[in-house]
Amino acid sequence: MSSYSITEPSPRQKWVAGTLVILYAVITILPLVWIIATGFKSPSDAISYPPKIVFEPTLEGYVNLFTTRTRQTEEYLAANPPQTWADEIVRQYDMVIVGPSRYGERFLNSVIIGFGSTFLAVFLGTMAAYAFSRFRVPLKDDLMFFILSTRMMPPIAVAIPIFLMFRSLGLSDTHLGMILLYTAVNISLAVWLMKSFIDGIPREYEEAALIDGYTRFQAFMKVVLPQAATGIASTAIFCLIFAWNEYAFAVLLTSGTAQTAPPFIPTIIGVGGQDWPAVAAGATLFLIPVMVFTILLRKHLLRGITFGAVRK
Amino acid sequence: MADIEIRNLRKDFGDFTAVQSSSFTIRDGEFFMLLGPSGCGKTTTLRMIAGLELPTSGEIYIDGEDVAQRPASQRDIAFVFQMFALYPHMNVRRNISYPLVSQGMKRARVKEKVAEVARILGIEDILDRPVGGLSGGDRQRVALGRAIVREPKAFMMDEPLGALDAEFRERMAEELRALHDRMGATTVYVTHDQLEAMQMGDKIVVMNHGVIEQFGAPQDIYDKPATLFVAEFIGSPPMNFLRFAGSVEAGATHVALKGRDFAVPEMREPFDGDMVFGVRPEHVHLSDEGAYRGRILATEYLGTTQIVTLETPNGEVKARIPSDRPAAVGDLVGVDFNGATVTLFDRASGRALRSDLNEGVLHG
Repeated sequence: MSSYSITEPSPRQKWVAGTLVILYAVITILPLVWIIATGFKSPSDAISYPPKIVFEPTLEGYVNLFTTRTRQTEEYLAANPPQTWADEIVRQYDMVIVGPSRYGERFLNSVIIGFGSTFLAVFLGTMAAYAFSRFRVPLKDDLMFFILSTRMMPPIAVAIPIFLMFRSLGLSDTHLGMILLYTAVNISLAVWLMKSFIDGIPREYEEAALIDGYTRFQAFMKVVLPQAATGIASTAIFCLIFAWNEYAFAVLLTSGTAQTAPPFIPTIIGVGGQDWPAVAAGATLFLIPVMVFTILLRKHLLRGITFGAVRK
Repeated sequence: MADIEIRNLRKDFGDFTAVQSSSFTIRDGEFFMLLGPSGCGKTTTLRMIAGLELPTSGEIYIDGEDVAQRPASQRDIAFVFQMFALYPHMNVRRNISYPLVSQGMKRARVKEKVAEVARILGIEDILDRPVGGLSGGDRQRVALGRAIVREPKAFMMDEPLGALDAEFRERMAEELRALHDRMGATTVYVTHDQLEAMQMGDKIVVMNHGVIEQFGAPQDIYDKPATLFVAEFIGSPPMNFLRFAGSVEAGATHVALKGRDFAVPEMREPFDGDMVFGVRPEHVHLSDEGAYRGRILATEYLGTTQIVTLETPNGEVKARIPSDRPAAVGDLVGVDFNGATVTLFDRASGRALRSDLNEGVLHG
């Protein structure tokens, strides 16, 4: 009989595991690759059948995403030669660029609302978690359960009351309204995550700072927060991902001023035919901030997800 | 440096009383031990002196000022934690200078003070290291450095040697005591280790279930225990307890155990009922003759002495005798006690009966 180790997998097991991981990676990455590729296709390539794997890349989708265009007469086109590379691209369809699209504004709305609500949820959540972790709060367990219970139904289940509330309070289609809403949804997650992180920080650190002549708040800022950085980072990622991607409330509660990118992107398709490359370009750009944010905080995120298991 | 006076200090956590009306005084420059088993209220008492817990009632005077309801930051004391609680995101130098920075001290002066403290503790070469990789002893020194750099009115130490390896503990205990002697700082030290308390302390308070059992110099506590609890908690092996029933008069110099008379210090109070005859193992003498006899159950060799366990008519007794005296398991030997060192206890309440020996020592 051949000897084997119970901790080290056999080559065959490694091969099977490796194949499964690669298969899973391909399945998850394929739609992403498809979206990014479509953004660089021409509209006809984007809908050709069978689908084109190899195609001639063009920035048409991106130009269409960021501009509004109108069709012009041949005389006009002849009298006004194209000024930029973008003009040339739209000229193939006898069109001229007449101004920017709304995508930039919507993207900026997403940034303001996403990061604003993330900051608020993490800030308030950390303060609340600290209080729950360190002080004798009356009805502590009941309050913690109550906070968690706001997560026990899908947030959209309360869409109609929230819609009515927002309408009477004048919060519909405002940045403040959306920030408050996303903060409210995220704060329970933030409190629970941060509480377990802060529970893991020995209270002697703060007591040492109190003895050393600092106030409770100074001790919190200078001693607890640096220790909780990992928790704050991973909580922030979870909150941002929710707020950034949220679609249902955004459709319901915003239409103009405060509309975020998710409800806007599908509307691009309606402007001048089935413009899939522009939609794909919008989606691609929309992925970037969360991806950058996540990669920057990746180290913390991994520790955050597994912290119960490996944190000392 | 300062006197610390505790008056009727009490701490309740909900229905649980951690400390019950404690009163004692710590003199300026004393190395003061709070000793007791875990859960006896010694750490709570220390934390109340430091200001990390506010007392339910009672007063704490540091240097004559009642500070009982003031926050820790306004008491001008230093605290050394069992787990050291060094700030993990700072290096050694910043850890030590942190209390000075909070006072707004000038940077050049801070640097000077840190250098001085580092020299005293012999940690000059690790000042720029992060605290994460330090050995237990070095962490302990850094924690001490952070405490002494501010020249506080008093030091609070919560089992500061508890997290160290046994071999290191001995050395740090000596260093601590030497440091204290050099600085003359009032120190309140919590421990559950009676040897540590006896070895290092000028004064000891023994606590149990939130109550102060006895307060005094280590020798008084060892020789003249005020309660059965103290007699058993202090000393290894603990005091021998021989149970008997009878009565003593004030002025009596003997008591009868199973019909045999044994000398005791002259009694100062009468008692009638169940009593305990308490005698330390080193005051038990074995002889070949003698009417009160015991059978040897076991012997433990400890180098210069040995501990002999005997079965006597009043229960098991341990004797500490020289190793060269022969003692074999199963032997029947005569047992006698050094009468001048005996303490009699009221068995029901555990209280020591007043005698010539302990007059004036009991209960502070």
